Amino acid sequence: MAGIDGTLLDFKSLDLLADGDTAIHRLDPRAKVLATLIFVICVVSCGKYELSALFPFFLFPVLMITLGNIPALYLAKKIAVIIPFAVVVGMFNPLLDRQVMLHVGALGISGGWISFASIVVRAVLTVSSALVLVAVTGFPGICAALERLGMPQPFAVQLLFLYRYIFVLAEEGGQMARARELRTFGTRGGGIRAYGSMIGHLLLRTWMRAERIHMAMLARGFSGVFHTRRHSCFGLREIVFILGWGLFFITARLIPVPHLLGALVTGILQ
Amino acid sequence: MHMADALLSPAVGGTMWAVSGGTIAYCSAKVRKGLDDRKVPLMGVLGAFLFAAQMINFTIPATGSSGHLGGGLLLSILLGPYAAFLTISSVIMVQALFFADGGLLALGCNIFNMGFIPAFLVYPLVYKRIAGPAPERTRLVAAIMISAIVGLQLGPLGVVLETVFSGISALPFSAFALLMQPIHLAIGVVEGVATVAIVTFVHKARPEIIREALGARPMGFRPLRTVLVSFLAAALLTGGLLSGFASKNPDGLEWAIAGVTGAEMLKGPEQGLHAVTTALQKRTAFLPDYSFKNAGNRAIGNAGNSLGTSVSGIVGGLMTLAIVFLSGFLLKRRDIR
Repeated sequence: MAGIDGTLLDFKSLDLLADGDTAIHRLDPRAKVLATLIFVICVVSCGKYELSALFPFFLFPVLMITLGNIPALYLAKKIAVIIPFAVVVGMFNPLLDRQVMLHVGALGISGGWISFASIVVRAVLTVSSALVLVAVTGFPGICAALERLGMPQPFAVQLLFLYRYIFVLAEEGGQMARARELRTFGTRGGGIRAYGSMIGHLLLRTWMRAERIHMAMLARGFSGVFHTRRHSCFGLREIVFILGWGLFFITARLIPVPHLLGALVTGILQ
Repeated sequence: MHMADALLSPAVGGTMWAVSGGTIAYCSAKVRKGLDDRKVPLMGVLGAFLFAAQMINFTIPATGSSGHLGGGLLLSILLGPYAAFLTISSVIMVQALFFADGGLLALGCNIFNMGFIPAFLVYPLVYKRIAGPAPERTRLVAAIMISAIVGLQLGPLGVVLETVFSGISALPFSAFALLMQPIHLAIGVVEGVATVAIVTFVHKARPEIIREALGARPMGFRPLRTVLVSFLAAALLTGGLLSGFASKNPDGLEWAIAGVTGAEMLKGPEQGLHAVTTALQKRTAFLPDYSFKNAGNRAIGNAGNSLGTSVSGIVGGLMTLAIVFLSGFLLKRRDIR
C-alpha cells in the first residue's frame, strides 16, 4: 500500500523542512537559487575523467545541510534511490573504455572506471544540491525567486497552482488506488477498463474542481498575484553568499586543490 | 526516469535550457493573450491530476509488469498545445525539485523531450492529421495510438542524442539507441492504451468535454504582419551583415570551369543574340558581381568592396521582398472566415 501514499508523505516531509528558521532559511531565495545554479554548472563542466577535482564541491551541500538543520540521513536515503539510475548508464564506461590511465602501485586503472566514478560523484552532487535547495527554500520561495529572475508570470502562477493542488489530488488518487487494491487482493487488477474508469473519474472530478476554483477566483477578484507574509529583500548577506560561493566554485574548478594537497602531503612524507 | 545532470555537458544543457525557456516564454504569452480565463485553474489542476495519475499503475496482462500514464498526449488533446506545454513543464519541474527525478540543468532537456515533442511535434503533425476536427471512435483510437508510439520514440531519441553529444558517457549512439528505442516501443503502446481508455471513458461520461477539447481549434495562425516583418529582418540581417563575410573564393561551378579551361568565366560569342543580351545585362546590372560598379577603383580598397557587397546585399534583399509581396498580393485569394 506504499505507492502513492508513500510518495505523498515523502513530498510533504521535504516540504515541511522548508519551514525551518535558520540563517540559511532566512536568506533571500534568489541568492540560494543562483548559488545552486552556479554550483550545478561548475560541477557539470568538469571534464570526463576528473574525479578528485569534484571532491571540494561537496563542501556546498555539506555546509548547507549542517547550517540548515536538514537531517542528513533522510537526504542520504533520497540520494541513494537515485544513484542506481546513474550507475546503470555509467556502467558501460568501464566496459567500453579500457585504456589504462592511472597506475596505483602495480594496479592499472582504466579510464572507464575513472569516468564511471566521476559520473556517480556528479550524480550525488547534483541531486543533493537540488534537494537541499528545496529543503532550505521551499517551493513557493523558489517560484518567487525565478519570477523575479525573469520567469514569465503565467508559468509562475501555473507552478503555484500545481503545488497547491498536488496534495489534494494525490490524496484523492491515493484513495482510489487503495480502494482498488483492497478489492483486488493486493494486485493492481481489474485490467485496463477499471484503470480507465478510475483515472477518468479522477479527471472528471478535476475538471469540476477547476470550474469551482474559477468561480472562487472571480468571486475574490484574483488577479494572478499570490500574496505572502514573508517579505524578502536582497541585502549584503545575500551578496556575500553568492559571491563567496561563486568564487569558491570557480576557484575549485580552475585550481586542482586535491592534487596540490596530495602533492604537499606526499612531499612532506618523503 | 528522466535525464540526469551527471550525463550532461554544460553546452548541451545550456542549449536545451534556452530552447525550453524560450518556448515557455512564448507559450506564457500565448496563454495570457488567450481570452479564456478558465484555463488558468484548469492548467494547474490538470497538472496536479497528471502528477497523481502518474503514480497509479495498471498491470499489463501478458508480461506481469505494470505501466502508468505519461500524459503528454492526453494533456495536448484536452488543453491544446500551448497550455499543455506549460502544464507538462511545471510537472517536470516539480518532479526534478522534489524527487530529484531529472537534474536541474537537465530540466531543459526533459521539458523538451517530454513537453515540446508531444505538444508541438506529435500533436499537430501526427494526431491532428489523423484525427481531424470531429473524429469518430475508431479514427480517434488510431490517432491516439499512433501519436503515442511516435511520441515515445522521439522522446527517448532526444535523450540518446543529448547524452551522446554531451560525451560524458562512453556509450556510442548505436548501442544506446538499440537499448532505448525497442523498450519505448512497448511503453508507447502502453501509453496509447492508457490514453485511449481515459479518453473513451470521459467521452462516455461527459461528451461535451471531449467535444469542446477536440473541436476545431485553429493552431494559432500568426498574423501576416509578424511573418513579413520577421522575414524582412532576417533578409536584411543576412544581406547586410553576413554577406560581408562571404567568401571570395570561386564557387563550385567556377572552380570546375577554372580547372577545365583555365579561366573562371567563359567568354561568349561576339555576335548574335548572345552579344545583344550580354550588352543589355551589362547596362541594366547596377550592382555587377554583387558589388559597386567601379570596383576597379583599388584606392577604396577592400573595405570599400565589402561595403559594396553589404549595400548590394541590403538592396537585393529589399528588391526580392518587394517582388515577393507584389506576387503575393496579386495571387492572394481573399478568404471569408
